Amino acid sequence: MTARGRVLLFGAGAVVVAVFFGLSCGELPRFGATAHPYGDRAVAASLAHRTANVVSSVNFDVRAFDTLGEESILFATVLGATLLLRLARDEQVRPAPAEGVLPTTRLLGIVLLPLALVVGVYIVAHGQLSPGGGFQGGVVLATALHLGYVAADYRVLERVRPLAVLDVADSAAAAAFTVMGLAGLAAGGAFLKNVLPLGTFNQITSGGTVPLFNAAVGIEVASGVIVLLAHFLEQAVEMSGPPEGGGSAEEEH
Amino acid sequence: MNGPLIGVALALVVLSATVAVLTREPVRQAVVLAVLGLSLSVLFAVLQAPDVALSQLAVGTALTPLLILLTVRKVSRRSLDDSDSGDGSGDDDPDAGGRT
Repeated sequence: MTARGRVLLFGAGAVVVAVFFGLSCGELPRFGATAHPYGDRAVAASLAHRTANVVSSVNFDVRAFDTLGEESILFATVLGATLLLRLARDEQVRPAPAEGVLPTTRLLGIVLLPLALVVGVYIVAHGQLSPGGGFQGGVVLATALHLGYVAADYRVLERVRPLAVLDVADSAAAAAFTVMGLAGLAAGGAFLKNVLPLGTFNQITSGGTVPLFNAAVGIEVASGVIVLLAHFLEQAVEMSGPPEGGGSAEEEH
Repeated sequence: MNGPLIGVALALVVLSATVAVLTREPVRQAVVLAVLGLSLSVLFAVLQAPDVALSQLAVGTALTPLLILLTVRKVSRRSLDDSDSGDGSGDDDPDAGGRT
């Protein structure tokens, strides 16, 4: 296709999208309005299931199927990265050297690491009550662990990061989401149905299945992100590339 | 609704996004991207979406720039691969063998 043809094709597509986008924007509720048709219904559905955090209720109850898709995307991403960043035939792993850090950096890491881990668990566990949830808390947990790398060195990070366990935890948590959905199908007649007792509003045990889905996503995201970062770190820190001119698999990307 | 605050946060997002596009060097771009993530999460928080703000803070400010920096390090390391060799001793990653 010529450059002119490409521009024409893009122009035609852009005009169509612009027209329909403009038309549909006219139908949207006004920016910052107090009433919103979807918001009102979501809040009502959330209160009916005694979930204080409406966003969690939408994510893990009303539209849990969307979240299943999202966590499957993350799982597939981690799987893909694991596959692509595997040790190629012409690459070698060199153990990372021990490194010294400033005492102040080490102190900061020692103080912050447990604090960040607790914050991560808190955000996952209180997803049904306050802003946060499995995804946010999971990423906090995963990045918190890497304070070990910042405050010490790569060897310490390797010791606090049991990759084999995390691989299994990632898959098990991803599968647990579907299994809990199937349990809802068996017990309540609909996939991902909120079948558990709903508990008392604004208590940590409220929301029925929402805390369980949150926990599953939290474990999956935390272990998935750690595994993902582990492969990137392994490539950047530990691996020695092929000799110059040797065509490795990555060079083609 | 807090009009001026939204305006300031939006201006910050537009500014940092423009700088991120105009920065050509990947390492600097990663840092600018982290700033963009931070200003986006401020915007989300001002717009009363703390859930999204938390996600944006974790992914946009910490994770994405880190992945970019690691990739840049890996790519630029190729040329100076011989200068920094490891000491050859120490504990191997127990899983490294299983990941081939």
